[in-house]
Parts: sequence; C-alpha cells; structure tokens
Amino acid sequence: MWPRLVQRQIPSRAMVYLSPVLALFLSLLAGVVLFIIMGVSPLAALHAFFIEPLSTSYGIAELGVKATPLILIGVALSLGFKAGVWNIGAEGQLIMGGLCGGAVALYFYGHDGFHIIPLMFLAGISGGCAWAAIVAFLRVRFNANEILTSLMLSYVAGLFLNLMVHGPLKDPDGFNFPESRQFSDSALLPILFEGTRVHIGAIIALLAVGLGWIILSRTLLGYQIKVAGSAPAACEHAGFSSSKIIWTTLLLGGGMAGLAGTIEVSGPIGQLLPNISPGYGFTAIIVAYVGRLHPLGVLFAGLLLALTYLGGETAQILLNLPVAVTGVFQGLLLFFLLACDVLINYRIQFGQPALAVEKN
Amino acid sequence: MDLLLPAMLTIITAATPLLFAALGEMITEKSGVLNLGLEGMMIMGAITGFVAVHLSGSVTVAILASILAGVFMAAIFALFVLKFHASQVPTGLALTIFGIGLSALVGQSMIGIAYNGIPTISIPLLSKIPVLGALLFEHDFLVYLSIAMVVAIHYFLNKTRAGLILRAVGDSHDAAHAMGYSVVKIRFMAILFGGAMAGLGGAYLSLAYSPLWVEQMTAGRGWIALALVVFACWRTGRVLLGAYLFGGISILQLHAQALGIGIPSQVMSMLPYLATIFVLVIISRDIAKIKLNAPASLGRAFHPSR
Amino acid sequence: MKDESPYLIELQGMTKTFPGVLANDAVDLKIKPGEVHALLGENGAGKSTLVKMIYGILKPDSGTILYNGKHVEIDTPAHARDLGIAMVFQHFSLFDSLSVVENISLGLNKAVDLKKLAEEITEVSERYGLPLDPYRHVYTLSVGERQRIEIIRCLLLEPKLLVMDEPTSVLTPQEVKKLFLTLNRLAEEGLAILYISHKLDEIKELCHHATILRLGKRVGTVNIDEESTSSLAMMMMGEELEKIERQQTISAGEVRLKVDNLTLPAMDSTGISLNNIDLEVRAGEVVGIAGVAGNGQDELLKALNGEESCPKNSCIIIENQHAGKLRPNARRRAGLASVPEKRLGHGAIPDMDLVDNAFMTGFQRMGLLAKGLINYPKTRTFARKVISDFAVKTSGARGVPAKSLSGGNLQKFIIGRELTQQPEILIVSQPTWGVDAGATQTIRQSLRELAAQGAAVLVISQDLDELMEMSDRIGAICGGRLSLFYPTPEMTVEKVGLLMAGVSLEEGELNVA
Repeated sequence: MWPRLVQRQIPSRAMVYLSPVLALFLSLLAGVVLFIIMGVSPLAALHAFFIEPLSTSYGIAELGVKATPLILIGVALSLGFKAGVWNIGAEGQLIMGGLCGGAVALYFYGHDGFHIIPLMFLAGISGGCAWAAIVAFLRVRFNANEILTSLMLSYVAGLFLNLMVHGPLKDPDGFNFPESRQFSDSALLPILFEGTRVHIGAIIALLAVGLGWIILSRTLLGYQIKVAGSAPAACEHAGFSSSKIIWTTLLLGGGMAGLAGTIEVSGPIGQLLPNISPGYGFTAIIVAYVGRLHPLGVLFAGLLLALTYLGGETAQILLNLPVAVTGVFQGLLLFFLLACDVLINYRIQFGQPALAVEKN
Repeated sequence: MDLLLPAMLTIITAATPLLFAALGEMITEKSGVLNLGLEGMMIMGAITGFVAVHLSGSVTVAILASILAGVFMAAIFALFVLKFHASQVPTGLALTIFGIGLSALVGQSMIGIAYNGIPTISIPLLSKIPVLGALLFEHDFLVYLSIAMVVAIHYFLNKTRAGLILRAVGDSHDAAHAMGYSVVKIRFMAILFGGAMAGLGGAYLSLAYSPLWVEQMTAGRGWIALALVVFACWRTGRVLLGAYLFGGISILQLHAQALGIGIPSQVMSMLPYLATIFVLVIISRDIAKIKLNAPASLGRAFHPSR
Repeated sequence: MKDESPYLIELQGMTKTFPGVLANDAVDLKIKPGEVHALLGENGAGKSTLVKMIYGILKPDSGTILYNGKHVEIDTPAHARDLGIAMVFQHFSLFDSLSVVENISLGLNKAVDLKKLAEEITEVSERYGLPLDPYRHVYTLSVGERQRIEIIRCLLLEPKLLVMDEPTSVLTPQEVKKLFLTLNRLAEEGLAILYISHKLDEIKELCHHATILRLGKRVGTVNIDEESTSSLAMMMMGEELEKIERQQTISAGEVRLKVDNLTLPAMDSTGISLNNIDLEVRAGEVVGIAGVAGNGQDELLKALNGEESCPKNSCIIIENQHAGKLRPNARRRAGLASVPEKRLGHGAIPDMDLVDNAFMTGFQRMGLLAKGLINYPKTRTFARKVISDFAVKTSGARGVPAKSLSGGNLQKFIIGRELTQQPEILIVSQPTWGVDAGATQTIRQSLRELAAQGAAVLVISQDLDELMEMSDRIGAICGGRLSLFYPTPEMTVEKVGLLMAGVSLEEGELNVA
C-alpha cells in the first residue's frame, strides 16, 4: 500500500523552516549518487564542494563576494514572486545595469573623484530599472506574459553587451579583444577587508535584506504583495492597484539586478566583458525560493548557493570535475525544495485511513 | 532564384525544432498544464540524441533516445505537479535549470565531436518536380514527421473522442472530474507527450541542424516555442504558421550577412527574441480572444474536492 | 426479498459519517415509479449526502438500497446510470468552450456519432418543452438554458429515477412553472423523481410525497396533500417558523447612494453589460434587487464599490459626492462598504488568517496604518471584536487560515468586518447563500439593525423569500438592466418574477404562460 498525501487542516509551520534543510540534505544525497556515477569519490567531491572553499579566510571572503549579487537580486525577486509577478529576466537586467554602470566608468576613465562610483551606481540602477520597465509596461498595458518577455529581453541584453564590447566600448589599446578598458581606480569599489575582494557591495546586500524584511512584514506594500500573490480578486476588492504592484516589484527587481551588475563590473571584474555574470540572475531565482521568499531566508540561501559556485570552481581545480556540476546541483536543490514544500500543506499517511472516505 | 531555394530550405530547418516543441507544449497546455521546462526538455533531447548517434551510429536509435530523454524529463515534471501538487511555474523553471545543467555535464565529453547529419530521404517521383520537388520532397525523416504530426494532432483534437476529453479537461478540470474522467491520468499523458515532442525538437537540433554539440544549444528556442503556443491561440494550424514565421526570422541573420547587409550579427541574432515579444504583445492585448481560446484551467492546480 | 415490489427504490437505514459530523443517521426513503418525491430540509440537514450515496459518489457506512426489490450496491455514478438513475446537480458540470452536443457526449459512457446525437437532443428537447440548439457553445447560454442541457443529458439515458438537487435556485418564477410542466409530464410517463429543495411553496405545488430530514435524521415521511407549508416548515425546522416582524421603517431619510444612468460595457464575452442603471438608496431603508445568477449582479457590485471604474464621475454619487471614478478605498472613506458574492478569494483571502483578513478592508476606517507601517496590535483587537460580536466559530484569530472556517462562519466574519466599521452605505450580494439557519438569522438581523441606525442598505439576492422579508423596496436585475422599484408590501412573488424576467409591470397585467 503506497503512502498517500492527505491535505492538512492547517499548514505546518514547522515544515516551513524544515523544508529547505530537508531539501539540502536530499540534494547532498543525490549529489553523492551523481559523483559515484561519474567515478569520483563522493566524500572527496563533497569535501571539495562544501568544506574546502571555506577552509581559508580568503575563501570565506570569496563567499561574501559571490553571495552579494545573489542576495541583492534574491531579495527583490522574492518580493516579486510573492506577489505573483514572475521576473525571470533578472539576468538581462543585471547585464544592462552593469553595462550602464560600466559605461559611466569608462566615461570617467583617467579621472578622479568621489562622485564617480555613486554615479555609476545610479546609472546601473537606472539601466536595470529601465530594462525591467519594458516588462512592466508590456504586462500592464498589453497583458503580455512577463515570464516570456523578461526572458526574451535577457537574451537581447546579452547580445547587446556583446555588441558593445565588440564595438563602441572596446579597449582601443587592447589588441582587439572584445573587452573594455580596465576601469581606473576611481571607478573600482573600495575593498572592505585587506587581502580579500570583499567590497562595500556586501554591506549594501545586508541593507537590502533588512529593508526587504521591513517592507514585507510591516508595511502596506508588503501586505499588498502578499495579498496579490495569494488572492488576486481579493486584492482588487481591497482596493489595491495590481498595476502598481506589478510596476513596483518589477522596478525593484530591475534596480537591484542593475545594481548587482554594476557591483560586479566595478568590483571583482573591473571592466566590461562579453560575459559579466555566471548566471546570477537565474541562480537568484533559486535563491529566492530556497529562501522561502523571505528576505532573511534569502540571506542564508544566497550564502548556500554562493558556496555551490565556489565549490564548483574548487572541485574543478582539485578533482577535474566539470563546472557544469554546479548547475546540476542548483537545479536539484530547487527540485528537492519544491518536493519538500509539499509537506507544508500535506502530510504522508501510511495504510488505510480509519473512516470511510469519499471515492474518486 | 539561386539563393531563394537554399534560403527557403534553411527556413524549414530552423522551423522544425520549434514546430515539434510548440506542438507538444500545445497538447500539454490543452490539458490545462503550463510546462515552462520546455527548454530543459529540448536540450536534454539534443544531447541525448547526439550521444546516442555517437555511440551507436544509428539515427533511429538516436531519435528514440531523444524521445525517451524528453519523456523522462517530462515525467519528473508530472510527478511534481500532479502528485506533489507543486506550483507549475517554479517546477517548470527548475526543470529548465536542471536540464541545462545536466546536458552541459553530459555534453562535456562531446565537445568538439562532429556528426555529419541525418540522411535526406527523397520521395520518389515527387522530388523530381522542378523547384517544388527540391523544396518539399527532399528532406530528412524528422521534417516529414513534423508535418505529419501537425495533421495527426489536428485530427486528434477535433475528430476523436480522446481529443474531446483532453479539451474538456483543459476547459474545466472540476467538471471533467465530476464526470468521472481521470484528470490526473489525462494530464500525465499530455505532459509526457509534450516531453516526447520536445525531445524530438532537441534531436533535430543536434542531429540535423548543426554538426556539433554546443553548450546551451537550444539558445532559448524552448521559450520561443512557449510564446508560439500563445501566438497560435492554441490552434494547430497557427502553430505551423508561427513556427515557420520564426524560422524565417531566425534565419535572416545568416542570409543578411551573405547579402552584404551591414547590420551587426548581434542585432540580427536579436531578431527572433524581439519578434517573440512583438508577437506576444499583439496577441495578448486582445484579452477577450485569449480568454476564449486559452484552456480555462491552464496553470491552475487541480484539487479534487473531498 | 420480494421480486415484486411497488417501490422503484428503497433506502433502509442509510448512515454516513464525516470527520466530526454524522451527516446521515439511519435514513429511510421509498419512491414509487411515477411519483414525485420531495427531500426536504434546511442547509446542512444531510440531503446532498443522501443523494450522493444514491448516485454512487459516496459509499454509505451502513444501510441497504433496494432497487426494483433487489439488493444493490451502487459503486460509481456510471453504475447508477446503468441502473437507470440520473441526477441533475445544483452545480453544473459543463464545459464552456465546447458545444452542447460535445458536452452531452462527454457525459455518456461510450463514444457516439455526434450528428446522430444532435438529432436525438433536438428530438428530446422538443418533446419535453426544453428548447436547445445542440451546436451552440455553452458559454453563450444563460443559466436556465444550461440547466436544460443537464436535464436533457439525463433524459437521453431513459432513466427510471431522476434526482434533482435544488433545481429552481437558478430560475425565474416563470421558468420554474415551465420546468414543473416538464416534470409533471415525465412523471405521468412513469419516471420517478426525487426533488431536493427547501422551498415549501414549490414542493406543495409539484410533489406527491415528502421525506423530511433534520440534522441528519429522518423526521417524517408525509403525503403532501395532507400538509400545509407551515406544518412542513415545522417539521423542517423543529419549531414554529418565527414570523419576522417587519420593522417600522423610519421614513427613509436623505439619499445616501445614487446611481445615475450608469452604462458599463462588459469586460469580455462572458460578462454582462450594464445598461442605463438608475438607483437610489436612502438612509434607513433596505432596498432589495432580485435576479437569477448571471444577469449582471457581479458587474453591478463592482461598479458600485469601485472595483470597476465608471465612464463618468457623476454616474455614482455617494453622500452627494461624485464617486464614479473613485477607487474602492476612496469609496470606503466616503462611507460605502460592500460584501461580494464569493467569499473565499474575493471577500476574504483564503490562505491568510482572520487578523490579516480584518486588515484587508478595515485599515482605513479603523486607523490600522500609521506612517506606512501596520499597527498589528490594533488590527488584532479589531479582528477579535468582530469574532466575538458576531459569534464567529474559529480556532483562533491568528495563524488559522480563513479557508478553514465554515461557510456560515466566514460569512458572519466578512459581514461583521464591514458592519463594525459603521458604514453609511452597505451593499451585500447573496448574504445568506449556503449559510446555516442560525448564521442566517444573525446576518439578517444585523443588516436590519444597520438600516435602523440610519445606514442605506442594498441587498442583491437570488433568494426571493429573503428579499420579500427584508427589504422595504424591491426591484430586479435582468440582462444588465434594472427594473423599477416598488414598495415590498405591494409586491408578490409573481410580480417580482416578471421583473426578474425583464418584463415591465407598467404595461398592465400580463398573462404569464
């Protein structure tokens, strides 16, 4: 007799917190199976993936570097997803933001001044916002599905960046490589801790978590977001404008992604390249879900998924494992999370139930 | 004239993977399920087909393997959505992310290996017709199959009882359930069919479209196929039209370069994506039309009342 | 076991329990061929459960079913159909985007030629006075026409027993008369009919016998001719039906809500356009709008409460203020509260708890927001007040999702939430639909009290009895148009029925077919 899923009367609060933990555990198990199939010692691989990167203080700092964009975008996405607004194109918004921020940096090439970085941030946020605004406009005005439009725009953004670094923004002294000049020091983010690459972006990320938390739990906007995602008709009845919610969440997402993009190009990368993100915009989607669509959860999930990036790199160096393992693991994590989430609203029942039950 | 024939042939080549994927997704959506994992299923079909043809040398084995890969991926999706009652949107996304990652992993060992492509099948007599013969009757098996599927699916949906039941489930899963139809079983089969077709679309990419395996080979075609279903208002004939329209647009890039038009290649590459957005907007703004044609239970979770 | 039994179907000792509730307690029922038998009882008496067991949807915990004298176990609806039992449900299982013939073919056990089926449908529909075009798509049909599909679907099976669950809740009085003609005709041809209802007047008119259920038990089986509506009501309720004293209306005060020539095109093909709506509701009065579902009630409510914006600002006047273009919360500030027909998903948020649901419409007038931040302690107090003032049965205000409340309790909460805010105008749609008798009393009482305190109350309802009892003036909505309004004491059910069918009373007495 197969165990059955029976709906709970009241959703289980315990499972809300347990589910990501359980999902992580199951993903690790699946990872072990995967490593065995690939002919690699599972213990060595797990060690390389999760323990090794954190064994040095530089490693922990790198965690912060990689987690920053994930957390920034993840917080904004979690608000949008909660409202039922599916911004899948954060990657494109990140690229456009990074492009705009980088363009400002290149404009001020060779100059000095405290005004440069704030201007870059402004440009980056605006660029990301503008890119997301297209999605919002098409959704509100024409009812166009934002999943597809934001995704299509992601591809366009990537191609546009490619065009720019092959053309107008190319480094004139760069031997014709498709990359921009390296930014001058005035356009590079100051490092917080000596010997690491941790920059002020990390602080901004933490601020975003705090702000996101306050918005979601205490403000009218947060309430509107929750209602919009839970019962759209009730949202109308309550007098909340769904257009406003769509615009707000998309602009927030675009702005944060644009900021993250600018932080990436003016922090760890230091210039414009055809590729300025290893898929942060997409991974942030996983971060948002594993973080239970809650800013605090996003913080932890961001660190976890940043670890998978580092782990992938480490495993490649130490064990010659292909980097693609990271993508597989991230996908598995999301799957297991969705599966474990079932247990919030349903419980497993073994055997025959006690009372006669309605058939069909 | 010399250029026109090859140009039109390339349109067919570009359209076929889209056609397969969109037809499959249309059936899935007709049952009321939105499967955003199309890209993941396609790319798994692509890599599986490529590996299979490399290992076995047989195109037939490769095609079957691709179908199986698509079905396998779709089965995961069906398990989560139908049995675990997981939300359709994130599950579909998870399938895509997982599929892209897994295909990249498997494809590591395939980088650099070339495959010469599926043999063309010339239809006797008909292929000797000047111009039209070469255009219509000298293609590989998969192209013929894609057109045959259009006819078969149209017949299935409109002339068979099974097709009627499928449409009913998509219209109102509660009513179908009350009538005694197994909504879960029907959706399961529709989802698997969608996976099989996505696998075929992917197979075409790696076996016929390009001789090499490239990471992220599908380049968003799965997403374009999703948009195609909306553009077609869930009607078979319009899926065919849409696939060929998009095939044409994506192929423009190659021919523009050949014709010496000076637009940068990146911009030309953008065209299919921009066209998708354009088409989505045109169709979506007519809310009444969408409401009339879209399966009413699309994307909504099915909870049989106690 | 006699093979020769005068009864077509006999239920003996049918018992069924659900978690926490004994739905049917050893119920007996007997029907002869050609008999129209009523199953009578209030909401929650166990009627639906009993017929679901007859139709094979539920399995009884204990009890016997004898069909034509033979013991049977009805496992599935298909089995019931094979036996010759057909059922017309209260909620139709129809597919909007498909045609009538496609819908009916889906309800059959095997595939048939659609052309032939269409011919059969036409033949049956003409024979029994149920006109229906087999090739029309269901979404174009009215509710009454949709019911015909369900009935014809049953008749095509050539049933021996036809079960009908509250069939007249969606019909105008004239359509009810037509339906009764059809049912009488079928009974004369030997069809047994089990007719579930709580409408005593109809049962008096149509049925031969009645089995009365109360709280899961059979309290009696009677010959209708020997009973009066009040004796039936006594058995149904267990006590003398309290004749509600109509409150002396304060001669209605100033106009609080005015609708002036409102025309609003439908959103899409499934909606109803509103045309030239004129309406006035004064302080202290209860105005009732009767009407069968699907005639624009939902659209009217949304136009009044601001969910739909009106073409002109002057279309809607709230307390002498032009409000046609105001959004819902601005209208709430001006004093207009509303309770929509659909509770879960529209009037209340199913997955959120009662505290959050209280905030939903109360945050302005109850001052629950300070500088953009939500005052949770104040919101909790508000929620608890509503729960206690209106006797809402729930396991708690916090953490318990609204969907776990029973229909009656949720409705009490929603109405209580609006009433506690002391609106100047209240619009309620279907206030007591699906609500148990006790909660119904509470709700109707509170609405009357609100009017007595000087508010203007507008009640939109399919329940004619409710409107006749509660309202001072009554009118009807039909096809998106409002009739004229008349003082309720001067109106009869037949006249309101005419209004519901879109017929004007001003043209003199009309002969109703």
